[in-house]
This record gives sequence, structure tokens and C-alpha cells, in this order.
Amino acid sequence: MTLPARFADWFAARGWRLRAHQQAVLEAAGRGESVLLIAPTGGGKTLAGFLPSLIDLAAAPRAGLHTLYVSPLKALAADIARNLMRPVQDLHLPVSIATRSGDTSAAERKRQREAPPNILLTTPESLALLISLPEAAAMFAPLAAVVIDEVHALAGNKRGDQLALGLARLAALAPHARRIGLSATVAHRDPLAAYVAPDAAPASVRVITAAAGVAPDITMMLPQDRLPWAGHMGLASAPDILARIRAAGTTIVFVNTRAQAELLFQELWKLNAETLPIAIHHGSLEPEQRQRVEQAMAEGKLRAVVATSSLDLGIDWGGVDQVLQVGAPKGVSRLLQRVGRANHRMDEPSRAVLVPANRFEVLECEAAILGAAAGELDGDPPRPGGLDVLAQHILGVACSAPFHPDDLYAEIRRAAPYAALAREDFDDVLRFVEDGGYALASYERWRRLFRDSQGRVHVRSDRIARQHRMNIGTIVEEPMLKVRLGPRGPMLGEVEEYFANLLTVGDTFMFAGRLLRFLRLRETTVEAEPGGDGEPMVPAYAGGRLPLTTNLADRVRTMLQAPETWQAFPAPVQEWLGVQRAVSRLPGRHDLLVETFPRGDRWYLVAYCFEGRNAHQTLGLLLTRRMQRFGFQPLGFVATDYVLGIWSAVQPADVARLFETDMLGDDLEAWLAESSVMRRTFRNVAVIAGLIERQHPGAEKSRRQVTVNSDLIYDVLRRHQPDHVLLRATRADAAGGLTDLGRLAAMLARVQGRVRHMVLSRVSPLAVPVLLEVGRESVRDRGDDDDRLEEAALVAEALGEAEPPPLRVPRVLRANLARRPLPSSPRQGRLLL
Amino acid sequence: MTPAPLHFAGERLLLDPAGAIFWPAQGLLAVADLHLEKGSSAASRGALLPPWDTRATLDRLAALLRRWQPAQVVALGDSFHDDGGSLRLAPGDLARLGAMAAAHRFVWIGGNHDPAPPRGIAGETAAELRLGRLVFRHAARPGPAGGELCGHHHPKARVAARGGGISRPCFIADGRRLMLPAFGAYAGGLDVTDPAIGALFPRGGRVFLLGRDRLFSFPYAALRAA
Repeated sequence: MTLPARFADWFAARGWRLRAHQQAVLEAAGRGESVLLIAPTGGGKTLAGFLPSLIDLAAAPRAGLHTLYVSPLKALAADIARNLMRPVQDLHLPVSIATRSGDTSAAERKRQREAPPNILLTTPESLALLISLPEAAAMFAPLAAVVIDEVHALAGNKRGDQLALGLARLAALAPHARRIGLSATVAHRDPLAAYVAPDAAPASVRVITAAAGVAPDITMMLPQDRLPWAGHMGLASAPDILARIRAAGTTIVFVNTRAQAELLFQELWKLNAETLPIAIHHGSLEPEQRQRVEQAMAEGKLRAVVATSSLDLGIDWGGVDQVLQVGAPKGVSRLLQRVGRANHRMDEPSRAVLVPANRFEVLECEAAILGAAAGELDGDPPRPGGLDVLAQHILGVACSAPFHPDDLYAEIRRAAPYAALAREDFDDVLRFVEDGGYALASYERWRRLFRDSQGRVHVRSDRIARQHRMNIGTIVEEPMLKVRLGPRGPMLGEVEEYFANLLTVGDTFMFAGRLLRFLRLRETTVEAEPGGDGEPMVPAYAGGRLPLTTNLADRVRTMLQAPETWQAFPAPVQEWLGVQRAVSRLPGRHDLLVETFPRGDRWYLVAYCFEGRNAHQTLGLLLTRRMQRFGFQPLGFVATDYVLGIWSAVQPADVARLFETDMLGDDLEAWLAESSVMRRTFRNVAVIAGLIERQHPGAEKSRRQVTVNSDLIYDVLRRHQPDHVLLRATRADAAGGLTDLGRLAAMLARVQGRVRHMVLSRVSPLAVPVLLEVGRESVRDRGDDDDRLEEAALVAEALGEAEPPPLRVPRVLRANLARRPLPSSPRQGRLLL
Repeated sequence: MTPAPLHFAGERLLLDPAGAIFWPAQGLLAVADLHLEKGSSAASRGALLPPWDTRATLDRLAALLRRWQPAQVVALGDSFHDDGGSLRLAPGDLARLGAMAAAHRFVWIGGNHDPAPPRGIAGETAAELRLGRLVFRHAARPGPAGGELCGHHHPKARVAARGGGISRPCFIADGRRLMLPAFGAYAGGLDVTDPAIGALFPRGGRVFLLGRDRLFSFPYAALRAA
């Protein structure tokens, strides 16, 4: 395929030239090959993706669907539809274009079903809905091309799993459709090629790489007066950040959490005497509010926006002059992605400034700058597809048309995330969709699917199909409450339910860039008014923090081991490391440094693991259990991305034994099963798999009233069928996600026999930050909840708010009391009253 | 396991941390809102919840019967999640519940979920039960009460504690009315600060949160202010 003259003229008229990678894509498409195009932001990826389709449709106009475009962002689809209209109008191409998302009106959806557009732009969720419709086969039969945007942001997560399954379905309905995957530069190229491939084999995709742009210019900026020992908010750098904003045209200030966005935004406005237009953008704000900020940004009306990962992807603004990253970058790939949001011209370097919030973050920033310069990308390779997503997909396929399990199994294995799916797992998931898959065959009469005499699987009723379509999607929100300004004021956004439960009347909290006073909770709305005094609370959101990547951790450890590289660090950091080396030792690249020392009435154990916060959190829970058994009386722990600190009443000894790998065997199951991490993971799995409905047709009651609490289901299922497929899916998720077990296991295996235990008489310089860390956690399982309740009850009694329980000894024990001490376990004696 | 004694309408009752009430003077055990066969009820609407909720609830009931050896058991309504629930019992569960009802005098109070008496299971049925100074019914009768024991609302309460709030099913009582938490394995809860519960306790009272082996008592007013 070559560029037709009229297209070439159109290009020339705008001063454009077909780039080499765009030409390569055109040629591959002409041969009907599938393509993975890897190009940096601003590389003309999207145009490359659509050009073959436009040329094809211009040459041979037709009715019906020709090209399907899938993007992770709704807004991106709408933006691209607008951009595509330009060549279509200028060249008078006979091409119809439409978008389809959750926001599309019923009338427009009907129109699309009756007369599908040539080019349909959509999201993974809307695609899943489309393929569950009975007319899916007819609609997708003429499909010639699929364009998958931001593949790197989809492969490896549940939305990506859902899309991969949808693509496999499309391949069955339109076997000749070619695919074009568009991706940013990534560490794991083969898995991404496999993801785009129609048969999960990287070799069946032509990988085209655009010439890299000019290397970005990344520097580090330290606060002027003092380098903080701890903290992650970077507020000490606010004056310097404001100065940078003032000096540039437009700035994106990236931060790591929504709480940090709120705090830094406040801090900047406190200093913003000349009232530069600075806005805030994060995922919990009302969509309208976010759109207003994006709009203002696009129109060049803002000087800066403080943003979380909500702006990592999205519409190209072009006019961004610099990116500031406040707080640790966490990974090289993520950093480069953020840096790429500045200056979308490939021939000029993007400018970015890293602003570390504490000393460890200085190390991490330096490691990230070196990693970026070396082009050493990171990120985990995609994990296998989730069984919960598979369950949702299987029901969707059945809703569209009957299928034979053998055929569907073969089809699903052509999706890369499921290439290694065992037949047994497939069968278990299918059984779950059919009748729940419980060891008790009592749901025979309520099966959702039935099989005909040829073994084909049908959905039992239209009602089940309708129910399914209302519950499609893989994003499960934490229970959220809306925040409203005053009883009739505007909605500001959402906070997690648990945060709202911490608030008492009159409490001050920070949200949507405002200082608010909590008025009341009305049903599912938090009502607040502007103002308030005292130390404000900041809503935190579960899973808001990304852990440090393995590569970056490795770089930090390497730097620590090589004092000759320290001159890159500011003087206070050099001094800090120097003293550490003198009084204790430095963490090695292949060993594990563990320090123990007394302070006050406690013993501290600090382990320098560098495996990221999630893995440390898990390690903290497991180690405290183990220390309990060893008699060290652990009291609590705190985990950062770099370090785990535990304090105990008794001096920990035999530390090497504490860190033996059998910790994963004996303590893990017991802890995991009870943990809130597991419960939360199960809830997500149960919702995605369709066990718990998000929406029920015709239900006027709130979801809360119709659904059964997932904790209750979890308890019953765990007890009666611990190997149920949803529990297996939950364990698999938890292992890779919030618990980061894989990384923890690898670390423990690596350091066996290499635990360097330093017995110190006082805290070491490297241990100071972890002791200053806020947000310390105590082990939270049910027993501890009871202890905390006891504490609350005691406080209430002491304040005279509650009566103490009456002193009372059961009679059977009273008789014994005279003769011998109180038995240690009074529950053994039956109460006689 | 430590029950909490409660002097209520002139009677001495024991609140069991499992969520039941024992009345020693009458040898009477009361439980509310068993919601048996809620799992299969959901299944009939297309949500295939694990089917062992009845078994789990009966396990807990059996433990209570062993502990208190009651002469009679009063189930305060919504014992089955729907009217057909008793017909859907798995054979093993049916036999087990039958044996319990044979060994103890069971009184099934009608609830809004199960207005009709359970079929195929022994025991008396009643809209309400009066015994001495106490009256047992499913839903509280609005207005001033005297010695009323009820269920229906599935009360739970959240207490602010170090490290975040803790929510648990609970009893709630003033001098005249005592509301039991739901006993069923799949029975959720309604926070006691909800107006539906608040209207029944206009003059405050006490809540007793269920702990692992004891109860935690707080003044109702303290929770409402929070």
C-alpha cells in the first residue's frame, strides 16, 4: 500500500511528510499483516494506525464496519474521532465515524446497530457489550482492521484481559481482520507483540519501531533550606516548584497520590501571591470538574495543573513546556511516560524536573535519571489473564450465540493472556458460569446456561443476558461516597466510604483543592461546607501508591555499594551515607542488611529489602506473626518502598532464622485467608465474575440492599469449598497485586545465607527515615480488631460515657477460686447460673 | 465466651456474643433473622451465591444449643429468606433442623420475609409471643414499648477506634426495647445511626457490639454523635 496522491497532497499542504514508521505500517497493512507500532508520544502513532483504513475506504467505499478502534480512555476516543474528521472532510472521503462508550445515548446506540459506521471508536467495556449482543456476528463480519491504542496500558491488567478476549472473539467473527497495536516504548516487547497477535505468538506480528526522539532532559531539584529525612509529599519544595511554574509557560506537576495532590495544591496556593492559574486533577474529582480543567489546559488558560496518574494517558495538549515529578518516580517507564507529556515535538528534548521529598527519594531519583539515560525500561511482564474476567467473557459469548466448549477453549487460548490456560481451569470457570460450580449440586434448577443435544452451550433466558449486560466491566470501585458542598451545593467528587466513616461533625478535611468542614453524612453523600480549622485530614485511597520497580531498586542498591558514584548526590546525602557506613554497614546488592537496636522501651528491627511497599507490607505481617511465635512480642511495623521496620517488646535474636523461606509456608495461608487484602481482592473477583451484581434490572433499591456483603460470602465459601475457582482466582490476584508475594518470595530465596545482622546500640542514620514514617500499621486481623474495640470501650468508660461491665465470676469458677488460681481458659467451664 | 447480663423490663437476660439472647428464668434462647436459604433465593434470581449459608447458620445455632441447653427456642421472624425457603432445604440441613426442633420447643415467629409458617419443620408458629413481662415479635411496633424483643432491622454499629472504624453486628437496647442482630450467615446489617433504627430508640440506649468471645458496650448517643 502506498500513499495515494490526494493523501500525499493533503500531507504536503500541511507541511507534513510521511514518516518512515508510518510508511512501514502502510506497507504491512497492505500485505494484511498485523503490526505492533512502538513510538514515543508525538510520533504520529494514531495517524499511522488509521491511514491504511482511510486509504482502503477511499479506494473502495462500502457500508458496514471496517475499522474498530479501542482505547483505554473514553475521552481519547472522542478526541480521535474529532481529529479523524479533519482529513475525512478535507478529502471528502466517504467514511462514517462514530464513538461508542457508556455515555452513548440509546438512540445513537440503536442507530449504530442498524447501520454500523465504517470506523467505530470504543473502549474495552463497550466492546465486551457489543460482542454479547445477538447481532454481534452480523455487525463484525465485515471488519477489516482493529486498532488498539495504548496497548502498554492495557496488556497485563484486567481491562487488558477483557480486551484480549474480545479480540479473540472478533478474530472468530472476522478471521481476516488485521490488527494494529500502538504502544509507548516498553521493557517487554515480546509479550506485547503476543498480545496484539491473532494467535498469541509474537512472531505473527510485525514489530515496527519509530526512531526515538531526542533524549529527554531530566534534572533533579532539591529544597533550598533542608533536605527532609522522611515524608513523601514534597511540601518543603513548594516555593521552588512555584518558581519553576512561574518561569515556564505551562507545567504539569505530577504527584504520586491523590492525597499528595490535595496537599501540594493547597501549599502552592498559600504561596501563590500573584494568583497564577493553577488547577488540580485527580481520579476522585467529579468528571465535569476534570473536564473543565482539561478544557482550560487545552485552551492554554492554565499555568500549571497538579495531577496524579489521571493525566498519565490522554489527549495530547502539545503546549506543555515542562513536567515536574514531585516525590519518587517509582519506575523508569512510568517516569518517561510522564516526561513525554511535555513538548510533543520529536526534534526537541522534553524537559522534566524531579523533586525528591526525602533522602531515600534522592537516591531513587538519581537512579531513575541514570536508568532513563541508559534507556533501561522496567515494569513487570504481563501476568496470566484473570479467571474472573474469563467468567464474565464466557457468559457474554453465550449471550450472543450458542457455543461449543471445545471451540471456545481453542478461541480463548489464542488470546495471549490465556495462551497457557489449562483445560481444567476453563472447565471450572465454565461450570461456575453455568451453575456456580459448587461441590453441592443444589443449584441444578437455577443454571444460567444449558447444553443442547450437540453439546452446545446456550444462555437460559433473556433476563440473564440483560442482567449480564448491566454488569460488564472489570473496574471495581471501592465503596465510595459523594462529597457535596452544602445541602444543595455542587458535587465535588468522591471519597472512600471508610474515610467518611472516620469523620466526625466539625472535622476539617481537604478535598478537591478546598478546605472543608464535615457537616453530616446523608445516605450516600458527605455534606461539607467551606472553611474549618485545625489540622485537616486528607482522604487516602486504597491502592493509590505504586511500588518501586525491581530495576530501580536494583540501581539504588548498586549505587549504595559504590561510594565513588556518590558525588552525584547532594552533600547531606553523601554525609548521611558516609556515617551509615561508619556506624553500621551499607545494604549490599545481593545480601539483606538487618539492623536491631533498642530505643526507649522497645527494640527495633529494620530490614533494608528495597522490594517496594506492597511486598514489605506483606513481609511485615508475616514477620510479626513469626516474631510472636518466637516470643519477641512484636508491637507494630511500618513499611516504605525501601525498608521494613518492626518494633517489639523483646530483643529479636537469631534474625537469620526469622527470614527463612519457610515463613511463606507456615504463616502465609493462615494470615492470607483472614487478611483484609484478601477480602478486598475477593470482592473484586466476585464482582467481575458476576457472583455479586453491581446493578440489577428493575432494582430500585440501592445496590447495598440487594447484594450480599462479599465478606459473608467469602467466609462461607472459604469454609465449605476452599478450592473453588473464585478463591483460586483471588489467591492468584493477591499473589501478584497487593501482597506482591512473587517479589517477596524471590527476595527471600535470594538472601538465604546472606542475612547480615548488625546489632547496634542506637538507631543508624539509614534507619531514621523509617522511624519517622507516618502511617504506621499494627497487625490487623480479627483478634486485633477486638483489642481495638476493647481500647475504645475502656476509653468510653474512663470518660464516664459508658458503664463498666459488672464484676462477675461464674459460680462454677467461684467455687474453685478458693482452692486454686483462676483457670487460664474459663471458656472450658460451662456456665451455671 | 463471656455473655453480658442485661436487666431488661425486670428480667435478667444474657446477651451471647454469637448474637443470641438467653433468658435463664425461662430456659429460653432467642435468635433473630436466620434468613435460611438466602443463598438459594438469590440463585433463583440468577446470582449463584455459594449454597452453604444454611449449613453455616445451623452450625452456629447448634453451638448455641449445646452451650445453653435451652428448653425452648424462639426464632424472631425472617427465619427463612422467603416463604418457599423451608421447601428448598437440602436433605441434610432439613434433617438437622428437624432434630433441633424435636429436641427443643421451637417457636417460629412470622416475619416479613416468611409470613407463612415453615413447612415440614416441627414447632409452633405465632405472630408474636408473650411470656411474663416480655413480648417477642419480628419488627418493633413503633411507639413506646414495654419489654419488647425484636429483630428485623439487622442492627450493626461502627465504633471509631485507633487505626480506623470497626463495624460489627450489635444488640441495641433501651429499658423497654431490645433489638437483636441478624443471625444468618448471609444477613447483612443496617447501621444503628440509620433513622429507621433511631426512631425506635428516641431516648438513646446502649449498643453491644459482637466480639469474638465477648461483647463491647457503648452508649448509643456516642455513636450517633460521631
